[in-house]
Amino acid sequence: MNAQNPRRPYLRPMVGWWRRNPFFVEYMVHEATALFVAAYAAVLLVGLLRLAQGEAAWNGFLDALRTPLSIGFHVVLLVAIAYHCWTWFVIMPKTLPPILVGGRRLTPAAITGGGLAVAALASLALFGIVWGMAR
Amino acid sequence: MADIAETRKRIEIEVLRYRPEQDTEPFLQTYELPFTDDMSVLQGLQYIKDELDGSLSFRWSCRMAICGSCGMMIDGKPRLSCKTFLRDYYPGRVRVEALAHFPIERDLVIVIDDFIDKLESIKPYIIPKTPRTLAEGEYLQTPAERDVYEQFSSCINCLLCYAACPQYGLNPEFVGPGIMALLHRYNVDSRDGGAAQRMEVVNAEEGVFNCTAVGYCSEVCPKHVDPANAVNQNKTLSAKDYFLRFVRPKGDCR
Amino acid sequence: MKRDLKRSNAPIFWSLFGAGGMLAALIGPMLVFITGIAVPLGFVLPEDAMSYPRMLAFAQHWIGKGFLFVVVALFLWHAAHRIFHSLHDIGIHAGAGAKFACYGTAMLGTLVAAWALLAIGF
Repeated sequence: MNAQNPRRPYLRPMVGWWRRNPFFVEYMVHEATALFVAAYAAVLLVGLLRLAQGEAAWNGFLDALRTPLSIGFHVVLLVAIAYHCWTWFVIMPKTLPPILVGGRRLTPAAITGGGLAVAALASLALFGIVWGMAR
Repeated sequence: MADIAETRKRIEIEVLRYRPEQDTEPFLQTYELPFTDDMSVLQGLQYIKDELDGSLSFRWSCRMAICGSCGMMIDGKPRLSCKTFLRDYYPGRVRVEALAHFPIERDLVIVIDDFIDKLESIKPYIIPKTPRTLAEGEYLQTPAERDVYEQFSSCINCLLCYAACPQYGLNPEFVGPGIMALLHRYNVDSRDGGAAQRMEVVNAEEGVFNCTAVGYCSEVCPKHVDPANAVNQNKTLSAKDYFLRFVRPKGDCR
Repeated sequence: MKRDLKRSNAPIFWSLFGAGGMLAALIGPMLVFITGIAVPLGFVLPEDAMSYPRMLAFAQHWIGKGFLFVVVALFLWHAAHRIFHSLHDIGIHAGAGAKFACYGTAMLGTLVAAWALLAIGF
């Protein structure tokens, strides 16, 4: 009998794995929102530096924010970061242990809804504070 | 059998073949067979093996979605072949491949040694909090205590979640979703006191932080175990252990 | 499972990722709207809401300073963690190099933000 081991397990390559399934495509999209979160943080950081450099530098920054290019860029940022917000709270139920309310488990939909509600409240509060400070 | 061939609809099943003694790499082979609306993909494969090509190799047992043997990629998605029906693909061709992310042994049979090793490493059995004698009688457990772990105890070790998990595919050292579900099942069982012993696996570089919350594992689980939940709950537990270990030393955590 | 398991340091970066992600989810969209669309266009908020005197006063106050630092830093650490893992997902396993590039950038941004906020004064 052949003394050589006839087994030769074959390992398939992972290249292009995420393109093969719409579920994974969506995953890559929501992961990519991080690029836009980083971009916005960079904008804020530039703003902080301009603020530290004095009034003329800050006004130059404000002028840049008013350009159509900047407005358009911020619309893109808004869409991306809003998608981050949505997907964050859709994923949140997966990260939590069972939460009992009145003896029954909160459903994933309830947790997502609750998270989005808190985000809406926080956003409104932020807007209110800025509006109040700007009067 | 000629009777059936004349009156029934016919469907094509395309199978990824691999015979290590004669093939350098896997290749697709198409079979055409008669089928009825009640036939599963598994029954289609069994027809092929019985009537068309006896060399086709695949695992199966209960044919009722409880043994976990017949997991395969069906049109690119991890499914139990006994629970997937040919009628849902007709008139298109059904593509059947070995479960993803595992080495192919032969045809649709994968090498599962890695899973078995990992299963042994997490001590999948009740480790009593204190030594207990038979004379003390049975454990008492409330419905609420059982609810915390029951879904995770439904795991049938079918490995569909491993085929679903891209992080396992990219790094086979990752402990993976199914094992974490089983680990969690014991850790949160009120009868168990072995969580500290299992934490080493959770906290390790091969542990839970390889997970990026793709969530596809829970999508494909035929028993609704929700392994993603087990993994991600343990990220929080692991982080707590990481930051509080010096405050409350438990001795066996490095 | 390997017998010699090493504890991962991932919890540090994961916690920062989680905090940043939660913050971005709660107030990210509204912040972008206010600073990048509403105020520059004078839409539902006055154009001078971010004037130099106003912004200086805000950034010089400890609450404003703290808020700005936390937002910039946490957003950067959240993004660094996610981008590092995404590089791995698309097949770039540059290991320590990629780790240093991602988290190093977040650290650099954090330090620059701290410096700028201190330079703005009290």
